Amino acid sequence: MDKNYLETIRNSKPAQFGILIFIFLILYFLIPQSENNYLWRLPSVLKGIPLAINNVIFNALYEWFPLKVWDPVFEMYEEKAAFREFTKAVSQGLLFLITVVRELLLGGDKIIDVFVSDSWLKENDWLSWPALPWTATTVGAFLLGYQLNGIRLGLLGGIGALYISVFGNYVPSIQTLSFVLITTPICFVLGLSFGIWGYLDKKVETALQPVLNVMQTMPQFAYLVPIIALFGLGDHAGSIATIIIATPPMIRNTILGLKRISPEVVEAGLMSGCTKPQLLFKVLIPAARRDILNGVNTVIMQCLAMVVIASFVGAKGLGLNLKIALNSLKIGKAAEAGLCIVIIAVILDRFTKAWADKQKDYFENLTFFQRYKLLIIFAISVVIFSIIAFISGGYFDKINYLYVIPIEKGLTIAHYIDGAVDWVWETFFYSLNSFNKFLLTQVLGPMKHAYLGMPVIATFTLAMGAAYIVGNARTALIVGGMLLFIALSEYWDRALITMYMGSFAVIMASLNGIILGSIFGRTERGGRILLSFCDFFETFPSFVYLIPVIFLFNITDTSVLIAAIVYATVPATRYTVWGLKSVPLSLHEAGTMSGVSAFQRWTNIEIPIAFPTVMLGVNQTVVFSLQMVILGALIGTEDLGQIIFGALSRTKDGAGVALTLGIFVSLIAICVDVIVRNWAEERKKALGLA
Amino acid sequence: MSPTISCDSVYKIFGANANKLLADSNGSVDAKQFQDAGCIVGVNNASFDVEKGEMLVVMGLSGSGKSTLLRCISRLTDATAGKILVDGEDICLMNNKQLVELRREKMGMVFQNFALLPHKTVIENIAFPLQVKGVSTENSMYKALEMVELVGLKGRENYFPRELSGGQQQRVGIARSLAVEPDIWFLDEPFSALDPLIRKEMQDEFLRLQGVLNKTIMFVTHDFDEALRLADRIAIMKDGIIEQLDTPGNIVLNPATDYVKKFTEDVPREKVLKIESIMDPKDTNASDNLKVSKDDIIESVAEKILNSKEIIKVIDPKDSSEVGSINPSKVIKVLFGG
Repeated sequence: MDKNYLETIRNSKPAQFGILIFIFLILYFLIPQSENNYLWRLPSVLKGIPLAINNVIFNALYEWFPLKVWDPVFEMYEEKAAFREFTKAVSQGLLFLITVVRELLLGGDKIIDVFVSDSWLKENDWLSWPALPWTATTVGAFLLGYQLNGIRLGLLGGIGALYISVFGNYVPSIQTLSFVLITTPICFVLGLSFGIWGYLDKKVETALQPVLNVMQTMPQFAYLVPIIALFGLGDHAGSIATIIIATPPMIRNTILGLKRISPEVVEAGLMSGCTKPQLLFKVLIPAARRDILNGVNTVIMQCLAMVVIASFVGAKGLGLNLKIALNSLKIGKAAEAGLCIVIIAVILDRFTKAWADKQKDYFENLTFFQRYKLLIIFAISVVIFSIIAFISGGYFDKINYLYVIPIEKGLTIAHYIDGAVDWVWETFFYSLNSFNKFLLTQVLGPMKHAYLGMPVIATFTLAMGAAYIVGNARTALIVGGMLLFIALSEYWDRALITMYMGSFAVIMASLNGIILGSIFGRTERGGRILLSFCDFFETFPSFVYLIPVIFLFNITDTSVLIAAIVYATVPATRYTVWGLKSVPLSLHEAGTMSGVSAFQRWTNIEIPIAFPTVMLGVNQTVVFSLQMVILGALIGTEDLGQIIFGALSRTKDGAGVALTLGIFVSLIAICVDVIVRNWAEERKKALGLA
Repeated sequence: MSPTISCDSVYKIFGANANKLLADSNGSVDAKQFQDAGCIVGVNNASFDVEKGEMLVVMGLSGSGKSTLLRCISRLTDATAGKILVDGEDICLMNNKQLVELRREKMGMVFQNFALLPHKTVIENIAFPLQVKGVSTENSMYKALEMVELVGLKGRENYFPRELSGGQQQRVGIARSLAVEPDIWFLDEPFSALDPLIRKEMQDEFLRLQGVLNKTIMFVTHDFDEALRLADRIAIMKDGIIEQLDTPGNIVLNPATDYVKKFTEDVPREKVLKIESIMDPKDTNASDNLKVSKDDIIESVAEKILNSKEIIKVIDPKDSSEVGSINPSKVIKVLFGG
């Protein structure tokens, strides 16, 4: 071989990848599959980690730093662990707030109970806060939408609330809403504070990055068991799980928004004589208003995406109803509850977006009545509807339909949906089943087998080699280190199954997204329509995707994978459209004048320029796919997710197992992220876009 | 009276070991050497005074350190070494509270890209420095309305910055910087982001304002023509060093370095030089028919002088006393060279 040839290989990435895959295949087929061969499987020396984590948690909860606490019932001092008292206080505080909002809207006597004695409360039936009639809530939703962005948004709010009420989902919907109304402000305050801190102090930002990465890539299930251990069961536990999931995007949005402010604006603030607090509250935060409010929007969407998962730790509301319906395979009921969640998500999404875009008119000169017109109308309607509901109480027998329509008395289309599902089953049973069988036996089965037959040395060679080619030795070591952590545990095989499902979903979703994006994203109009579809699908909480597929493909890998592919196609599509949009017009013109065909334009101009952006989309696809794959444990798969899910019922070492495996999934996602991001950065540099 | 701004050996060096390197160099800083050590020299030994009511234009190409110098004097960035006196007080020694006080009372600044607060209307942007100072809403709005009129934006008080053209936005920036009635006015390339025609219009507007307000001004620009048009004195910077600091006339007539010469070569002298710079001593033969001021720009009076075909008296506009004479042949020499 002459020298030039070697030089070419050294500089050609495809050639390097070719060699890497060649080595991988040799290792794959040469290493014998034997439990004693460390090249095949590493020994699980880190077996003890879950138990160790567990011990730390229990030690903190029951032994560490005991306080002497006066017990008024037994009239003596008791030793209680400080940390446990702290988690108790947090739990009770949260629960109290959620209950307040709930009772304000749904009525009850729990809050009044705080102020009066138990016995007095029991003797006096009238001592109960009245529920807000659903009619008044509907008017309120209409008025709020109208105030934010005119009649159309008003109608969206009003009709949404009307549907929810008439179909008997008023109570669970308000329970879910109260959960969102308490959780969102907490996420907002936490996210804003950490975001500002990170913006002001570079070191804090650097420290936050990896923590946020892990928090955002960890499957939601993994948090549940530790939360049960620390905070117990109930709405507050669901709220805490949601805060952990929803705060990171708020932090990121805040930092992003603050960083986007031009340095001149900051200087202008300083030269105007701002003190530091004035600069923060009068210049920085208002100037970053839009990004910060978009963060709030993301938080609300995350809250709604969490309602089903939160129901596993005792949160009430639509999520719980949906979970129960799914468990008993009542597709119609599940679909109805799911639809209510989607409606609430869409309404809150549009409302917060309108709020973010709304500019205040500082110079309108209004009288008191003009300014508070809508609020006054709302107050009057509450009074009127309450009176009507109260009077009609005598007219209705037992159930007062003008207050709340209970779920079993509401309209329902569940049996139609069930009928439709049955019809689909009966009509397409054969074809669906054979497709399912074909996919399982011909594609997924062999693929799973191939992944499980991979010697550990081959996996490491492939991952670290790819990291080295797109990055450098450091990248390879980071990836290798993270994988080693998993390989030394007893869950490597499960991780391989997660990887198989994840990679299948990622590849299919990326292909779908790139193709869809390329077909429709080439024209301004097509791109806009496609992006609004993405917006729409993104407001669906992740588990909603599982409902239809289970009924088409039963509880198999196929169902989970199809849900994951559909779910993860959204970001891939979105980023492809963005990438194509980023191709400068002058390049298109240069291409046209060079006489390219449509296909040549796509392969030679659009894809290369859009590539770095598309890769960021693929990155998102990985996170989305893994989330759905793990969520698949809800309906039964056999990867890491299943054990995390199973840990919910393991009290002894559940918390440790769930956290450890959660981190494993997060590490897999971060490994892919490191490789893909490096690749995208390198392409960016090569194109002069960095 | 002491100068309004006085800089003494001001250095600004970016980089981790800036202080140590500067201490080792004993005041003679070599940009190249510092760069190899991982530091970038922004301002290199700048010493100069700006008198009350004077307009100093700092001119230089991008990366010359002109904006950095301005930011050292407004203390948006801290100078690495040197003394910067504003009305006799060293601002480098001021604490944060004193600094806020100084900016609220004495300083105003205009930025290249306007730097308007996007969430505030025209009038709120202009009133902003007053409001952070604690002026009541009513008074600050009243004052801001005055400023709106001064910069000719009446009727657009309630517009948001995004609804205005570049020229209009910069008028808001100017009004905001003047709202607290500062003594010292910093302008950082205020017209660079504007179209040529608008730029000319804004320069005229700026001269008109300065005629009324008579502030002490530091004006940064990369446009040599703009500097000539506006300046009482010009400081030309290159690689952090002030190459020459002098009146426009002297810079054009006697460029101190080759670098400065490159800028002056193509400048039409009659547009820059005053009669003063080419006049002869008093001449008894001078005609009484026509008198010109020693501060007149040659171009503006050339036609008159050449038409008279006689030696003409030059007077001092302050007291109308005769200070010299001008021969038409001198004017021809400036106009046509040779």
